[in-house]
Amino acid sequence: MYDSGKIIVGLIIFLALVTFPFYNNIGKVNAKPELKIDTPEIQKLPEQERKCVETKEFMRGGHMQLLNDWRDSVVRNGNRVYTNSAHKTFNMSLQNECMRCHSNKKDFCDKCHNYMAVVPYCWDCHIAPKEKKL
Amino acid sequence: MSMNRREFIKLAGISTLVGVGGVSVFNKLQNNALEASEFTAGPEALNAKQWAMVIDMSKFKTPEDYKRCMDACHSTHNVPNFNNPKDEIKWIWPETFEHAFPGQEHKYMNEETKEKSFLLLCNHCANPACVRVCPTKATFKRKDGVVMQDMHRCIGCRFCMAACPFGARSFNYRSPRGKDENGQPLIKEENPAYPTRMLGVVEKCTFCTERLAIGKLPKCVEVSDEFSKGALVFGDLADPNSEVRKIITTKYTIRRKPELGTEPSVFYVIGGNDYAIVPELL
Repeated sequence: MYDSGKIIVGLIIFLALVTFPFYNNIGKVNAKPELKIDTPEIQKLPEQERKCVETKEFMRGGHMQLLNDWRDSVVRNGNRVYTNSAHKTFNMSLQNECMRCHSNKKDFCDKCHNYMAVVPYCWDCHIAPKEKKL
Repeated sequence: MSMNRREFIKLAGISTLVGVGGVSVFNKLQNNALEASEFTAGPEALNAKQWAMVIDMSKFKTPEDYKRCMDACHSTHNVPNFNNPKDEIKWIWPETFEHAFPGQEHKYMNEETKEKSFLLLCNHCANPACVRVCPTKATFKRKDGVVMQDMHRCIGCRFCMAACPFGARSFNYRSPRGKDENGQPLIKEENPAYPTRMLGVVEKCTFCTERLAIGKLPKCVEVSDEFSKGALVFGDLADPNSEVRKIITTKYTIRRKPELGTEPSVFYVIGGNDYAIVPELL
């Protein structure tokens, strides 16, 4: 092989650069995003009503599916009332229902979405509530 | 390998069972949807087979009367003002008789009708051309006759704008959230209860589906009822007892470009008075 010295050194430098993010982060714990669910609106609610439309576990994993179903139901079928598994009814609206309680988009939506590097286009059209300071 | 008929049938039967059973087990495992949840229309929702509107131009006395309806609609639905007629976003807008009803005008027409501004909006056609051309089904006809626009699906191809013979659709050539040359927001005052649109989607009047769902009439009708009663009448075209049907069956009404066969659901009462004969001749 011609110029084997240069090539091998080049390869080693290349590999070192490419794998840098991996070995640089080995053993480091990445801080998990802590969502804030203590907005003034939620604090105003009586204790037993401080429940989301579905269980916390379901919402954590399936809120995107739920919102998708809500959107299809509202926009395409014109059905705007959601009855949850506990037979409570809700007005299906991201802007007017979800954000009525979760009025902290930055500490609720964005925190996790940024951590996961997902960019949903909700807020291109839907108007986020004004951020309040606690 | 040899296999007699009996063995073949046995093997085929078992594999069918495994296949069918496996699919149902797989579906069960995958299905994490909520069993008891359901979607309904809500108790106050207004229903119809085909929503329609009658616009009685004689009830609009001054330009302010219809301007009030336009402003109310546009501020409720966060319609931006791009300060440029070419890029204008319009849900409900004024137009001259000649432009609203081309081919109907003539040179001996009375001045009032000729110069009057007619209030135009999406006709929510029974046979809408825009719905036929939409490649993503972003625009579609609801079962209550409203031609609806699903902003989540619109890809901004503007086929619907080319197809609509009434110019009822507008394209967001700029982001409606932006600011004009003077630094003023394009949407003067955002209504926090209604979304805006984004750059590159087509929008139009929706007959206020969000209001119909909670038992309210469209915003323009509500406003016109306050100041020019009876100018805008809203109701079910399929119901013979509805107010719109009563007007349509008793008065002479015209529609925009009926010859195109889209069956518009917006009817116009033109006359300055209720007589077919000029009163002075009686």
